[in-house]
Amino acid sequence: MASIAQLQKQFIEYTTTLYSEGYLNDQFKQLQKLQDESDPNFLVGLVSVFLEDSEKLIKILETAFKQKTVDYEQVSLHVHRFKGGSSSIGAQRVTSVCVSFMNYCKEKNLDGCLWCLQQANHECILVRNKFEVLFRLEQQILKAGGSIPMME
Amino acid sequence: MECYQEDVPHVLAVDDNLIDRKLVEKLLKSSSCRVTTAENGMRALEYLGLRETHQQSNFSGNGSKVNMIITDYCMPGMSGYELLQKIKESSILKEVPVIIMSSENIPTRINECLEMGAEMFMLKPLKLSDVKKLRHQLTNVEGDKR
Repeated sequence: MASIAQLQKQFIEYTTTLYSEGYLNDQFKQLQKLQDESDPNFLVGLVSVFLEDSEKLIKILETAFKQKTVDYEQVSLHVHRFKGGSSSIGAQRVTSVCVSFMNYCKEKNLDGCLWCLQQANHECILVRNKFEVLFRLEQQILKAGGSIPMME
Repeated sequence: MECYQEDVPHVLAVDDNLIDRKLVEKLLKSSSCRVTTAENGMRALEYLGLRETHQQSNFSGNGSKVNMIITDYCMPGMSGYELLQKIKESSILKEVPVIIMSSENIPTRINECLEMGAEMFMLKPLKLSDVKKLRHQLTNVEGDKR
């Protein structure tokens, strides 16, 4: 049974790699600071909304690209939304893909768009897994009676 | 449940993206503001009591109770700019400070909004420091009214 200190150390190490590998950026740190005892599920809730929204957007985009004539204007709106959500959460790698995605939309480059869609889906799956591990670590710390370290 | 207090600023936050609505709401609440959210310009106008045909005083709206409006620029249907325009054209609401948020840093867009009477333009994603600026702005505005 790991001690609180060990769990906290694990949490810090894991979070540090998430930042160094570019999965999360400063925006996520901001969100962590916003969480407090009165609203302990704020971050988990927000991340869930993001992941659900992303799934929906990916499905919408998949359908949009299957049309005989792709409506790039509509597609752009969806990608813009995708980009916005990921940026607000701090899911940097997803945002980066969305930036490329927007450019391909402007160019009406179908291959580029399809590639980005695939990448976006992949990055969402990756970041979802990272979030799951992160939140599990948080829960373990809290269950053991410890507090979640603030990442500076 | 929060207690309703007269001196807590009431902000109307407008954004079509649920994630951003939740974020703005959280940021504002962390800065001791009461928050109402709207998912688009039409809903915002309905809440404020402003409708296309009624430019005159409409006291059944909540316009007089709102201290600040913060809105996204890019929204389907009515854009943040159009919402800003309608607010500034209203006799009852034109004094309410309107903040425009956008994920894109486009100088012409920023100027356009400021010229239409926006108090401030903020780049998304919003951070705590941005909201602290807003809070300061709200205090200044209230101070001017006294």
